[in-house]
Amino acid sequence: MSRIGVFICHCGENIAGTVDVAKVAEAASKIPGVALAVDYKYMCSDPGQNMIKDAIKEKKLTGVVVAACSPRMHEPTFRNACAEAGLNPFLCEMANIREQCSWVHEKSDVTTAKAIELVRVIVEKVKRNKPLYPIKVPVTKTALVLGGGIGGIQAALDIANAGHKVILVEKQPSIGGHMAQLSETFPTLDCSQCILTPRMVEVARHPNITLYTYSELESLDGFIGNFKARIRKKARGVDEKLCTGCGVCMQKCPQKKIPSEFDAGLGKRPAIYVPFPQAVPNKPVIDREHCTYYKKGKCRVCEKFCEKKAVRLDQQDEIIEVDVGAVVAATGYDIKGTDFFPEYGYGKYPDIINGLQFERLASASGPTLGAIKRPSDGKEPETIVFVSCAGSRDPAKGINYCSKICCMYTAKHAMLYKHKNHHGKAYVFYMDIRAGGKMYEEFVRRAIEEDGVVYIRGRVSRIYQEDGKLVVKGADSLLGGEPIEIKADLVVLATAMVANSDAEQLAQKLKVGYDPYHFLSEAHPKLRPVETNTAGIFLAGAVQAPKDIPETVATGSAAAAKVIGLFSSAELSREPVIAVVNRLPPPQFSTCTGCFLCEKACPFQAIEREEIKDRKGNVIKVVAKVNPGLCQGCGTCVALCRVKAIDLQGFSNEQILAEVLAL
Amino acid sequence: MKLGYFPGCSLQGMDIDFNESVFALARRTDLHLIEIPDWNCCGSTSAHNVSHLLSLALPARILALAEKAGLDEILVPCSACYQRLMTAQHELLENDELRKEVVDIIEMDYKGTSKILNIIEGMVKIFSGAELKIEKPLNAKVACYYGCLMVRPPKVMKFDRAEDPQSMDELMKKFGADPVDWPFKTECCGAGLTLTRTDLVCKLSAKVIESAIKNGAEIIIVACPMCHANLDMRRADIEKAAGKKYNIPVLYITQAIGLALGINEKELGMHRHFVPFVLPEQPKAAPSAKPAEPAKPEVGEKPAAGAEE
Amino acid sequence: MDDKPLSLRESLADQVKSITGESVANCYQCAKCSGGCPLAEDMDIPPSQLLHMIQLGLPELDERVLNSLTIWLCLTCETCVTRCPKEVDLPKIMDFLRQESLKRGLINPQAKKIIAFHKAFLDTVQYTGRLYEVGMTADYKLRQPQTAMQDVFTAPKLFMMGKLNLFPHMIKGRDQIARIFARTLKKEAKK
Repeated sequence: MSRIGVFICHCGENIAGTVDVAKVAEAASKIPGVALAVDYKYMCSDPGQNMIKDAIKEKKLTGVVVAACSPRMHEPTFRNACAEAGLNPFLCEMANIREQCSWVHEKSDVTTAKAIELVRVIVEKVKRNKPLYPIKVPVTKTALVLGGGIGGIQAALDIANAGHKVILVEKQPSIGGHMAQLSETFPTLDCSQCILTPRMVEVARHPNITLYTYSELESLDGFIGNFKARIRKKARGVDEKLCTGCGVCMQKCPQKKIPSEFDAGLGKRPAIYVPFPQAVPNKPVIDREHCTYYKKGKCRVCEKFCEKKAVRLDQQDEIIEVDVGAVVAATGYDIKGTDFFPEYGYGKYPDIINGLQFERLASASGPTLGAIKRPSDGKEPETIVFVSCAGSRDPAKGINYCSKICCMYTAKHAMLYKHKNHHGKAYVFYMDIRAGGKMYEEFVRRAIEEDGVVYIRGRVSRIYQEDGKLVVKGADSLLGGEPIEIKADLVVLATAMVANSDAEQLAQKLKVGYDPYHFLSEAHPKLRPVETNTAGIFLAGAVQAPKDIPETVATGSAAAAKVIGLFSSAELSREPVIAVVNRLPPPQFSTCTGCFLCEKACPFQAIEREEIKDRKGNVIKVVAKVNPGLCQGCGTCVALCRVKAIDLQGFSNEQILAEVLAL
Repeated sequence: MKLGYFPGCSLQGMDIDFNESVFALARRTDLHLIEIPDWNCCGSTSAHNVSHLLSLALPARILALAEKAGLDEILVPCSACYQRLMTAQHELLENDELRKEVVDIIEMDYKGTSKILNIIEGMVKIFSGAELKIEKPLNAKVACYYGCLMVRPPKVMKFDRAEDPQSMDELMKKFGADPVDWPFKTECCGAGLTLTRTDLVCKLSAKVIESAIKNGAEIIIVACPMCHANLDMRRADIEKAAGKKYNIPVLYITQAIGLALGINEKELGMHRHFVPFVLPEQPKAAPSAKPAEPAKPEVGEKPAAGAEE
Repeated sequence: MDDKPLSLRESLADQVKSITGESVANCYQCAKCSGGCPLAEDMDIPPSQLLHMIQLGLPELDERVLNSLTIWLCLTCETCVTRCPKEVDLPKIMDFLRQESLKRGLINPQAKKIIAFHKAFLDTVQYTGRLYEVGMTADYKLRQPQTAMQDVFTAPKLFMMGKLNLFPHMIKGRDQIARIFARTLKKEAKK
């Protein structure tokens, strides 16, 4: 028999000013099953809460209804009070007679009548409430960080420094990402590798971090706190334990003309190579696509000259399985090549390069040792044209968004060029200048005012080659659209920042959403920028959207904080408002027919299939099963189930129907 | 092979040599051209400049006549006519109300089902499967000049690519020519301003000719009668305005193909050109830069003298 | 113009939207069109600036737009729309501006020759069904007598080459063509 306690709050004048609370209490006391109905000025206050606790003990209440503000305000408050008094907190519900009644109506009898109805409806629900207990899920305190760029490095270090184990997986032979390719970073003009490499070494030496380079995520199964990751460690062709990084193999390799990926195609490397001298780990990798041994079966020079006998030409890929509790996706970005632009020559002119290629030219460790030279003939350019917004903010080319970093790096490039060639001419064709970070505006003004870079507001319509120079045809909108033609020796296109070509594949492996541009989706763009809608998977850096280094580092640390928070208890406690597929005694076992419409519809992939077997192990029936670790209680499956075999705890069909019928 | 044929006003008048060369090729192959009966002018630039409905009605009547005559495919050598017909077909396809209005105006049934072929598509169609007997391969460096109307706007024309198109270049290669990579393939020659602003036509056409010569071309190949008229007929005016002499001849694509097949110049109407077709005597140097190869930049390496990347 | 307050008047931008379907607000003034336009430096108002004037929606600017030489010099070479990142159909807007300029009688004095050419061209089409080059030239020179001596030396050369038809070809459906003109060009001119 129900013994429900109803507590009507005045909320000062907020409710009492419009609703006749005494009348509501009186009406409530007459509802069958209600043992007590009182009203009080401030239910959420200490005396108010004590009132509830005392009533539970004295009147032996089986349920509590607090008619007051929105549950979003004080449901936890009242539920805690009930728990302290020994009543299961899920037997306490709130009737919202403030936001849904007193705050939206005028004072009248009708308003009071509505408040009474609202109370009645919730009382009927609570009569059918069942005690629920939080779900406990164990947590593996190891984090998997995908991507060894600055974002991944930051996240890995933060998590490792908090005392947890980290597995860092990087696709390239070395960590460092695109930041390692940069010459100097804005707005400080710090040497990029100088500030990055100490972090890289820290990662390599950290006792809590296991580094797998030249490796990729093969698959990810499981759920928050309990993931199973399979990592493919690609065959380097070198035994890392024996290799000392002496570099003799690279010197002896006869294949020296392979375009270097690290140098963005402007430099060359051998078939056995370390991408750059400061690589971590400093162990070479054999590029099987170009190596003579793998193509023709001959050579083996590296093997011959290696003192430590570390070359292993027959090495195979290895699959490593690890258990992790959380994943941070920090796989970074790519930028468009110059071949993306029909009006700029489809990439056929060697002296039209993109931003990353310019970085390699400007870099002291690059193919020209830091001198800005034309790729075609090696001469120093006297006039450089920088083209902003090459591909970005261009719906006709399919990229609507702004790539965020180009205005800043273009100013930086122009400045670096002017610092190296005082008499050179630098022109920037721009649409807008986006310099919103700290010291960013000052940086751009410095390029214009101190270094003499000329800014022309207008897009470039066409670039073609004539007499060894690049004819750049644009217009100056500030001169009224007057056509401007500049004959340049070198053109640098600030091409659009885009998602990696395999970003979609990664998102599907992680079961994380992504947008039409293949940037991975955050849970909420404003308030939850490093979480995803998949519990336990976090985002850091440009994999989510174009960002600069400070933001990448910030999101790396933010994702780490989320992971550390997740790992701060031995078990994860989750609200039990989840869906449950009914189970009945044999022979029925469940009313579930095994249509699995719920499995397809679940936005959180929380529904699994369970085989119900007999004693001999034969399968009798395959039914749906909700994973309590993943279910978010959205109710989609409940709505879809044709036989109503699946129900939502705390908001069951029976409860909701009772509410409706009580009206 | 049967094809409907829409010569357009230029090919019957000022640019009759284009027409002659098309028929010269037809005679050498199994191409049978059926002229659309009682066709009218497409309206060209003037119609769309002064009246939207007129610019749709005139081409619609032509297409309706083609449908009536049972001609599913129509060859339209003139690029301007081609663009007007394609544009009208496209607009009437997209907008039902407009189509009804135009059908009322032209008093004819119109389904919009004709396949309209430009001269390049026509040439490719005729010569793709055919056994080619190239008696006199062109052996010259040619600048393929597409003009502005054949490939733009890309959403309507849906032919080749709007920047640095390749179809004419590929066709010329087949007939032994060496197409040069040059940046003025689709830059406008001045078009319909030929009478009213001859000064601007001279300016724009001079740029085209200069670029072709600069990039090593010996002949300019065109596919549009307006381009031909501006580059050929107006040559004296261009030279006067630029203060230089330009000897480079201008041939229609059909004439170039005709020469390769061994057809004599008179049959191809080449005697009607203002600029004589004379190739300069010169030893054959290394082939010119092939179009559309992606850049393989090698920093600091100087290329061998004379050769190009 | 009329006395309605600015907010209630139909601006040129509104007309562009209702007649061509193009929204001038889409243009973010990058000036790529002006950069690629072959005649931008010969126009009085480069194309991107012309579009900005329409964007502002002010009657005096609307008048200047229609009075410009730009719209008549435009070759409709379609380079601008091919390269426009926002895919604004500028050639379509130019066609509309030309037609509106004629309708309102706001014509740049330097454009009179060009309009005379178009009229002469279409006159022969209306009369014969096809372009009659000799007739058109005569018509044009009568409209613009100062051009009488133009190309006077080229003409005999053309005739000798067989490129000049002295007599027009009259198509059988001339009356149909005449009716097409009556229902389109003539009707619009009367409005």
